Amino acid sequence: MANNQAKKGVVIDYDAIANQESFKALVRRKNSFLWSITAIFLLAYMMLPILTSYTEILHQKAFGEITWVWIYSAGLFIMTWGLCHLYVAKANSFDKEAKAIIAEYENGGGRL
Amino acid sequence: MSFTAIFFFVAIVGLTLVITWWASKRTSSASDFYTAGGGLTGWQNGLAIAGDYLSAASFLGIAGAVALFGFDGFFFSIGYLVAYLVVLYIVAEPLRNLGKFTLADMITARFNNAKVRGTAALSTITIVLFYMIAQLVGAGALIQLLLGIDYWIAVLIVGFMMTTYVLFGGMTATSWVQIIKACLLMLGTVIISFLVLKEFGFSISTMFKEMTTATDSGAAYLNPGLKYTDGLDTISMLIALVLGTAGLPHILMRFFTVKDAQTARSSVIWATWIVGIFYVLTIFLGFGAAAFVGKEDIIAANAAGNMAAPLLAEALGGDILFSFVCAVAFATILAVVAGLVLSGASALSHDIYGQIIKKGKITEKEQVLAARIGSITIAVISILLALGAQTLNVAFLVSLAFCIAGSANLPVIIYTIYWKRFNTAGAVTAMLTGLISALVLVAISPNVWNPVEGKAIFVGEPLIMLTNPALISVPLGFLGGFIGTLLSKESDESKYREVDVKANTGISVQDVSH
Repeated sequence: MANNQAKKGVVIDYDAIANQESFKALVRRKNSFLWSITAIFLLAYMMLPILTSYTEILHQKAFGEITWVWIYSAGLFIMTWGLCHLYVAKANSFDKEAKAIIAEYENGGGRL
Repeated sequence: MSFTAIFFFVAIVGLTLVITWWASKRTSSASDFYTAGGGLTGWQNGLAIAGDYLSAASFLGIAGAVALFGFDGFFFSIGYLVAYLVVLYIVAEPLRNLGKFTLADMITARFNNAKVRGTAALSTITIVLFYMIAQLVGAGALIQLLLGIDYWIAVLIVGFMMTTYVLFGGMTATSWVQIIKACLLMLGTVIISFLVLKEFGFSISTMFKEMTTATDSGAAYLNPGLKYTDGLDTISMLIALVLGTAGLPHILMRFFTVKDAQTARSSVIWATWIVGIFYVLTIFLGFGAAAFVGKEDIIAANAAGNMAAPLLAEALGGDILFSFVCAVAFATILAVVAGLVLSGASALSHDIYGQIIKKGKITEKEQVLAARIGSITIAVISILLALGAQTLNVAFLVSLAFCIAGSANLPVIIYTIYWKRFNTAGAVTAMLTGLISALVLVAISPNVWNPVEGKAIFVGEPLIMLTNPALISVPLGFLGGFIGTLLSKESDESKYREVDVKANTGISVQDVSH
């Protein structure tokens, strides 16, 4: 932001970073990871009301009196915890790449 | 009211006031006020997120809904939890990397324009007010029931307390109130769940087996369809839950209260586990209330089922547990409304007054003063509206808040971060289309119109059958932003590259100047 740049007279050349191949590759991989996982969990989530509203599949008993709709729901809980940890692990590795990108920019003569 | 009940209430009020007094000495800058100076640690912020997230609707509302409608009540637990992934995967980090205090900060990182900021602030304030009124009316009714005092006194007590936290302690006090509340809520819920399981001989399968005969719904109690019979309405409601949460201002604001992205992530892990475990336990709260309190008694205490959890506590744990759970419910309401006041105040004082009217030329001292005046304004307006809304069925206000959040805020957040061509015209049309369509669609829905007198605000046929119109309004918000963008020629790719670099690398002058 303008006021950030005014501080200490530092100017970051965002265009230069944006044009680095390493940056483009990171954004591509990051976005394809984020959006494909998002598509998967939203699909798994939306299948629940669709299946319960228009079919009777999940109304059948699975274990004792426990019906499949509870098993499906438990699956969504486990999915949420699992994807939360997957996200954090992935994001930490993306962070390392982002640091490398900034270092590459500095080494290429870019000022920070 | 018993001695133990008075003891727990006084203890909670006393504890939170001590925290506020302590926090007030540490609140001197605008950043302290809005974001606790960004100084919370991962677990602290995680508990505070959980404290913000688990509102009275989650605790009292879901327990009651599961008790009365079996699996259909559990839809809310699933929706609110999965919503967390939308926040995490799509919204949280870019928001954090671009923003400062508010959603409008983040959008104006790309479009530095008073119209964009003003519209974002308007949608934030609208959501906050609707959500607040619903919480305050619920709180008033609940405390009236618990303490046997008048509704208006109950609303004034809650209103006075929340204003005190925010006014004197800002985000630091509010966060700690949320942390304490989250711990107490988990403690209470675990104790009740344990007692319920004990009644069923610590066997989940016995519990399910007995639930098939415990209510007058029979085996149908364990399957969906008792409350939600219309497929499209069910789908629409689940869309609102999962997408609306990611646009709620008081949830988004919690990602500014830590120092860096890594701390934000560790707080999210804490929050996801706490929130997830809590929502699993809502099954025990609901089943237990249905089996050991019974539908008649739950409905007799409160038609919406909000007293199911406290009544269950009384049935299994006697007066002490009942008093404890009531005090926890009280703390829950206080924590959530305090968070709401802060997010409303930030839109009003930081966005509208500080950035639009004063154009950012405002000293630190003036900012803090403006934040306090803004908090009082939001608090007073919501208290007055809540006092007037006592007899109103406010369930529609919550669906409205979620609809606006998902339809007005989420499209503009996603386009701002991920769409190169997006422009100011698109940002304004996205927010206005989402906001207006949500308002109009709820106004013609069965929440507002019902042929049976007393069921809704007006007597008459609703024009649409969806109780929650997210199925229509969320796509409209996205479409509005898309069309608005294409109709305007303006575009600024170099600004987008800057936003893209910042959002993906978290780079900023502060980070690299050392």
